[in-house]
Amino acid sequence: MAIDNETIKHVAHLARIELQQNELEKLSNQLHDIIGFIDRISKLDVENIAPASHILPISNVLREDNPQVSLTPEKALENAPDKKGNFFSVPKIIE
Amino acid sequence: MELNQLTAHQLLDKIKDGSITSQAIFDSLYQRVNKIDDKVNAYVRRGNLERTGKESGSKSELLGLPVTIKDNICTEGLNTECCSKILQGFRPPYDATVINNLKRSGAGIFELKANMDEFAFGSSTENSYFGSTHNPWNLDCVPGGSSGGSAAAVAADEAIWALGSDTGGSIRQPASFCGVVGLKPTYGRVSRFGLIAFASSLDQIGPITKDVEDAAILTRIIAGYDPNDSTSVNQSVPDYTKSLTNDIKGLKIAIPKEYFVEGMDPEVKAVVDEAVNKLKGLGAVIKQVTLAHTEYAVPVYYIIATAEASSNLARFDGVQYGYRAKSDNLIEMYKKTRAEGFGEEAKRRIMLGTFALSHGYYDAYYLRALKVRTLIKQDFDKVFSEFDCIVAPTSPSAAFKIGERTSDPLKMYLSDIYTISVNLAGIPAMSIPCGFTKNKLPVGLQIMAGAFNEETIFKVGHTYEQNTDWHKLKPVIRL
Repeated sequence: MAIDNETIKHVAHLARIELQQNELEKLSNQLHDIIGFIDRISKLDVENIAPASHILPISNVLREDNPQVSLTPEKALENAPDKKGNFFSVPKIIE
Repeated sequence: MELNQLTAHQLLDKIKDGSITSQAIFDSLYQRVNKIDDKVNAYVRRGNLERTGKESGSKSELLGLPVTIKDNICTEGLNTECCSKILQGFRPPYDATVINNLKRSGAGIFELKANMDEFAFGSSTENSYFGSTHNPWNLDCVPGGSSGGSAAAVAADEAIWALGSDTGGSIRQPASFCGVVGLKPTYGRVSRFGLIAFASSLDQIGPITKDVEDAAILTRIIAGYDPNDSTSVNQSVPDYTKSLTNDIKGLKIAIPKEYFVEGMDPEVKAVVDEAVNKLKGLGAVIKQVTLAHTEYAVPVYYIIATAEASSNLARFDGVQYGYRAKSDNLIEMYKKTRAEGFGEEAKRRIMLGTFALSHGYYDAYYLRALKVRTLIKQDFDKVFSEFDCIVAPTSPSAAFKIGERTSDPLKMYLSDIYTISVNLAGIPAMSIPCGFTKNKLPVGLQIMAGAFNEETIFKVGHTYEQNTDWHKLKPVIRL
C-alpha cells in the first residue's frame, strides 16, 4: 500500500515525535519500502488461525493484593528532570 | 595466558585453589580495556569512572568473578542508558532480577556497561548513541547487534563473560560475528524485570561466553521464576552442567531446508555443512525438514516487534527520567524531547509500530501478524515432535563492513532472517563458533530446541565444542 506524507504526519502526531521536513520525506520513502515488504503476509490464508496473543500457555496471572514496601518517593523522583516536592513537574497543561 | 583470557570456570578453579583473587581478575580486565577499548568501543561512558574493581571476598558460588552487563539491564546506582540520548544520566533506583541473582551468587558486576544498538534496535551496534563497536576480528567490520558490545568484549578478552538480550537475534547474531557462544533462553525462562523493554513478547536475557560450559553455568544462575515478571515460568531450573556429557549418539537433528537457500553466503554454507557433517560423525542422526513459513518470519517480526516497541517506548516522554527538551507546552515538550532524544532507527521503528497499530490498519497488519506467528510456532512444534533439535546457520553472512548496510534499513532487517523465528516461537537457541571465512571472520552454528529444552542445546553445543578447536582461537587486535 502507498503511505503518503499526510499519513506519516498523522502517525508522527500519534507517536508524539516532531519530524523535520527532510526526515518526513526520508521516512515516508523508507516506510513505503518496508511496508511493501511486510505486505507479503497478506497473501497467506489465515481465516481459521487463532492469533498468538501469548506464546506460552499462561493467562491471567494473579496475586494476593497485599501491601508491600516499594520505592520511597525520594528514590522514585531521583531521576526526574524536574520536580516539586513529591511530584514530577511538567509544563502547565490547563490555562 | 593472562587472567582476562581465561573462561569463568577456569578462573573459578584458580580462585578456589587460592592462586588468584577476584581483584586480580578485575585488574587484568581494566588493563585490557585501557589498552584496546579505544579501538573496539565495546564499553560505553569509559571516561567518567574510577576503574578500581573490588575484592569482594564473596564465598558464594561465583567468588567475586566479574560479569559484563549490557546497557539495557538495570543496575542500581550504575548508569543504564540503552545507549540512547533520551536516557542520558539515568541511574536505576533498583537492580534487575538477573543482577540480584548474580549478586546473590557472588558475582561482581563490572562497572562499565556494554555498548548496544539504541534500545536494542539493530543488527550491527551502529545505532548506538555512543558510536559503533568494532569487531575484534576485523576492526573495519561490525560486531553484529544489538548486543555487539557484550559479544566484542568477550571475544577481545575485555570481559570474562557477559549478559546480553535477544529480541530477534541480538545475542546469537553478535556471538556468531565475534566467534563466541551466545544463548537465547526459552521465553519465560529468565525474568525480564529490570530489562528495559523493547518487545515484551519476544525479549529474553541470556549469556554471551567463551565456551558452552560457561553458558551453562551463567544460564542456571540467571534463570528461574520471578513474581516481578508475570511472564516468567514457575518451573525448576536444572543444573545445566549435567548436560555436558560429550555424547550425542543417536540424537535426532533436523536441518531446515529453508535456512540453506537464496541470499546465503556460499562460504558460510560450506562452513555450516562441514559442522553438520561433524555432528553426523559424532553419531547424530541428521535429516532434512521443512519450516514452511520461514519466509514470513521477518515481516511478522517487524510488525509485532515494532508495535510492541512503539507502546513500550511511550514512557520516554521527558517526565520521569532522562532527557527533557525545553518547552512551555506539554505536548510540544513530549514531541521535542522524543525528536531530540531518539535516534533515526528508534524513530523509524516507533513510526512503523504506531502505524501497524493505528485505526484502519490493525486488522491488516498486527492481528494478521499474530495469526502468522501461530503458523510459525506450529511449524516448530511439528519438527520437535520428531526431533531433539534443529541445527542451522546463525546468520546468512559473516560480519559485514561498518557503514555497508546503514542506508538501507530493509537490507539490515534481513540479516536477522535465521534468528527471528526462534523469538516468535518462544523457543531457546544458541550460537557457537564453527569455523571461519577466507577473510578470517567467524561463522556461527545455531542449535534450537523445544521450549524449556536448553539441556539438549548444551549437550549438542558442548559435544561439538569438545571435538573442535574453533572456540579456542582468539583475535589479534591491531593497535
